Amino acid sequence: MADLSIRNVIKRYGSVEVLKGIDIEVKDGEFLILVGPSGCGKSTLLNMIAGLDTISSGEIAIGRRIVNDLSPKDRDIAMVFQSYALYPNMSVRNNISFGLKIRKVAKEKQDEIVTRVAKTLQMEHLLDRMPSQLSGGQRQRVAMGRALARDPALFLFDEPLSNLDAKLRVEMRTEIKLLHERLKATIVYVTHDQIEAMTLGDRIAVMKDGVVRQLASPQEVYDNPADLFVAGFIGSPSMNFIRCPVVEQAGRLGVQLKEGSETFAFPAPAPLQEPLRARLGQEVIMGIRPEQITDKTAFSGDNPNVLNRVAKVEVVQPTGPDTLILIHLNDVPVTCRVHPEASARPGLPLALMFDLSKLVFFDPTTEKRIA
Amino acid sequence: MSNPSAGASGALMRPGKSLGDYVEAALPKIVLGPTLLIALVFVYGFILWTAWLSFTESRLLPRYELAGLIQYVTLFANERWWTALRNLAIFGSLFIIVCLLVGLVLAILLDQRIRAEGFLRSIYLYPMALSFIVTGTAWKWILNPGLGLQHLMRQWGFEGFTFEWIVTPGMSIYTVVIAGAWQSSGFVMALFLAGLRGIDESIIKAAQVDGAGPVRIYTSIIIPSLRPVFFSSLIILAHIAIKSFDLVMALTGGGPGFSSDLPATFMYTFAFNRNLIGLGAASAMMMLMTVFAILVPLMYSETRRHRRG
Amino acid sequence: MADRVQTQTAGADWTRRAIVYGLLIAFALYYLMPLFVMVVTSLKSLDEIRSGNLLALPARVTLEAWGKAWASACTGVQCDGLKGNFWNSVRFVVPAVVISTLVGSFNGYVLTMWRFRGSDALFTMLLVGCFIPFQVVLLPMAQTLGILGIANSTTGLVFVHVVYGLAFTTLFFRNFYVTVPADLTRAARIDGAGFFTIFWRIILPLSPPIIVVCVIWQFTQIWNDFLFGVVFSSGQQQPITVALNNLVNTSTGVKEYNVDMAAAIIAGLPTLFVYIVAGKYFMRGLTAGAVKG
Repeated sequence: MADLSIRNVIKRYGSVEVLKGIDIEVKDGEFLILVGPSGCGKSTLLNMIAGLDTISSGEIAIGRRIVNDLSPKDRDIAMVFQSYALYPNMSVRNNISFGLKIRKVAKEKQDEIVTRVAKTLQMEHLLDRMPSQLSGGQRQRVAMGRALARDPALFLFDEPLSNLDAKLRVEMRTEIKLLHERLKATIVYVTHDQIEAMTLGDRIAVMKDGVVRQLASPQEVYDNPADLFVAGFIGSPSMNFIRCPVVEQAGRLGVQLKEGSETFAFPAPAPLQEPLRARLGQEVIMGIRPEQITDKTAFSGDNPNVLNRVAKVEVVQPTGPDTLILIHLNDVPVTCRVHPEASARPGLPLALMFDLSKLVFFDPTTEKRIA
Repeated sequence: MSNPSAGASGALMRPGKSLGDYVEAALPKIVLGPTLLIALVFVYGFILWTAWLSFTESRLLPRYELAGLIQYVTLFANERWWTALRNLAIFGSLFIIVCLLVGLVLAILLDQRIRAEGFLRSIYLYPMALSFIVTGTAWKWILNPGLGLQHLMRQWGFEGFTFEWIVTPGMSIYTVVIAGAWQSSGFVMALFLAGLRGIDESIIKAAQVDGAGPVRIYTSIIIPSLRPVFFSSLIILAHIAIKSFDLVMALTGGGPGFSSDLPATFMYTFAFNRNLIGLGAASAMMMLMTVFAILVPLMYSETRRHRRG
Repeated sequence: MADRVQTQTAGADWTRRAIVYGLLIAFALYYLMPLFVMVVTSLKSLDEIRSGNLLALPARVTLEAWGKAWASACTGVQCDGLKGNFWNSVRFVVPAVVISTLVGSFNGYVLTMWRFRGSDALFTMLLVGCFIPFQVVLLPMAQTLGILGIANSTTGLVFVHVVYGLAFTTLFFRNFYVTVPADLTRAARIDGAGFFTIFWRIILPLSPPIIVVCVIWQFTQIWNDFLFGVVFSSGQQQPITVALNNLVNTSTGVKEYNVDMAAAIIAGLPTLFVYIVAGKYFMRGLTAGAVKG
């Protein structure tokens, strides 16, 4: 196992910069996620770590070695691909031992490794089958087994679960997480699915347009997103964004909202007062997550960080565990999460409770979080 | 293990590329190299060589002093060349039209859920496996005035039936069409059949729901969506037509006289039989230019449409 | 697909299908007719040919024409039939097919899995070679073969056919390998396999379908070629197609149509045989090449 160090890595195709200076340090044993929309550069970065693509400028170090000039086989890595990339003309056993054979590992050692890996992944009964005889989930396992057999310093995963159906995806996610805990391996995992990112990673690097927008733990990215993009990308249903003016009311700063035909203002929580003071009179974008707007309960009382308000319900969408309702604030659709028994009806008003303690504010032009 | 800090501290190694790495990186180019060389020399280089020859006065032996366009002037003053060009136009257009029509009709017929479709298909296609020489020889016999088709028809009672095209100067080129179409229409059928099979069913169902009858569906939906296949076939058939040499040599020998000459047979005769290399080179260059003048615009417009659509 | 277009009543349907089958059978007869005529004529004696007609079956089957075609007919100056030329053809067709297929497979492999800057441009450049009329390279090639000392020889013909077959074989393999997922090569590289190991262990085992198509296509093209044969060889070295043409077009003496037909069949048998045995691969070869236009 080893650390991974990505320092000011830039990738150019001709005159186009696809990766614009990436800096990431991954500790030994850490599970790092690279997440972002298509085209953000995450797969390119992974290929560069693997040595399948060249580095235009910057350095990548695995362990104590800078690997820029090393070919993939010399970097002590293993990779699991989205399409599994199993060798179609070889049995599962031979797929797993192919790399070992090339490295001229002794036959007995090969067998020992294959048996061990098959046991870890519970696929002993599949060893003599051909890839075409396996289901998607089984192929995935074999691909992982091939990587495990290498016992590398670094594991790379390139969207391995994207080709599986939803149920299987959830199962495999758990397995990967368990495997990580057991092996304490250093892993870099690419995905476009923010749920995978949140559930699997020790830290997440949210990327867009060749830049890392935020690198932090899942909870940190969720609660304190660095900018508008990260805030909207992480979390489902996504955060609500409402453009509103900063106002002062009884010495305290807050924002003004309009619901239906009524305008109302409320003060922001204490930690946000300073940053908002500088914006008095200007517009900011307020971010509030659906689960922070819920039905009024008896416990809200006089909590200063809770705003009670009645709003007209536009659309009701039951999901089972909660019900999502759509209201309008400042003419912007806002999703709220209420209890299924809150008797929400389209067209009728509902008493809602806004938890203001988790509010975030963004600058409308730079899109960065200001508070 | 601690993080290696940026830059200074810690003994970070930087292994460089080994000789093996350099060789490995160069391998793809090395492998492709010979083929590239071959293409450069034996295709492009030779074209330039022939072009050069066409500007010289070479006769039996090549001479390399440039002599301007005299070969081209001679070429276009040669009545036989004009016959060859005229024949190419006649043969080319008829050959293409007949092959496309027959191919399309056969493909549509075969698409009607026929029993023994595979068997019939292989019958229509087997002529493609034969050499044009074999085809020419067979049809030469069939169209033999005294003992072939004409004789057969007369024996069957059609006393006045004449079919002496093959020995008639003005008509001999049409026999080449007959033989050529026999050989190549099966291929067009195969292409159209594949194209028909690739049509999205849901479009046809939508048309049926809209109330269109079978003929309407064919003319308005199916045939237009065969456009790409149509173009592929057109390009390939045009190419076969322009290169036609074997068939003419076997069927008519270019005759009677030179009435069924094509540019390809002209080139061969003058370059190799009459030992007029310069003239032969000029005719070869004209053939090349014909190919590009026809095929390039065709392919260009088709890829442009493909990109837009 | 036709069942989707069915909208008539049962009666009209029956008529329609009768017409369709009728037309198809008529076409089938039209396509088979020349083959039938060739076979039938080759089995008749000259008298029968003159007294009978094209389609008449032989009253007395004789293999005399076949014997002559094989061993004693005149193909130019010599009169020892087609057998020598048959083996000439075999001698250059086999190596040419093998070499062009082999090189084509490596080229296709490089062009899909080891792309480098300009490799796609190279491919396009190579493809143009499929389109040129060969007349435009005949004169220089005749000179070159002379310079290399392989004019009028089996080696010379192998050389020519390999050179001008490479564009097609590369096209076949490239179009096939494009469908193999690129991740396969990447996984193999990470496993430590190099350029040749990947080809030998992973790509080649996947290739039998396209190898068969390529071999059949090349065999048919090269065996059936006439132009290169007639320009680059003479006399004893000529391939069977050239010999056939000479045989049929010799104007001396009596025209022996039965021998002509037997000779034509002998010349056409190998490719016809390959077609019958492996026809569906032939079809695939045609459409594969045509996909690129």
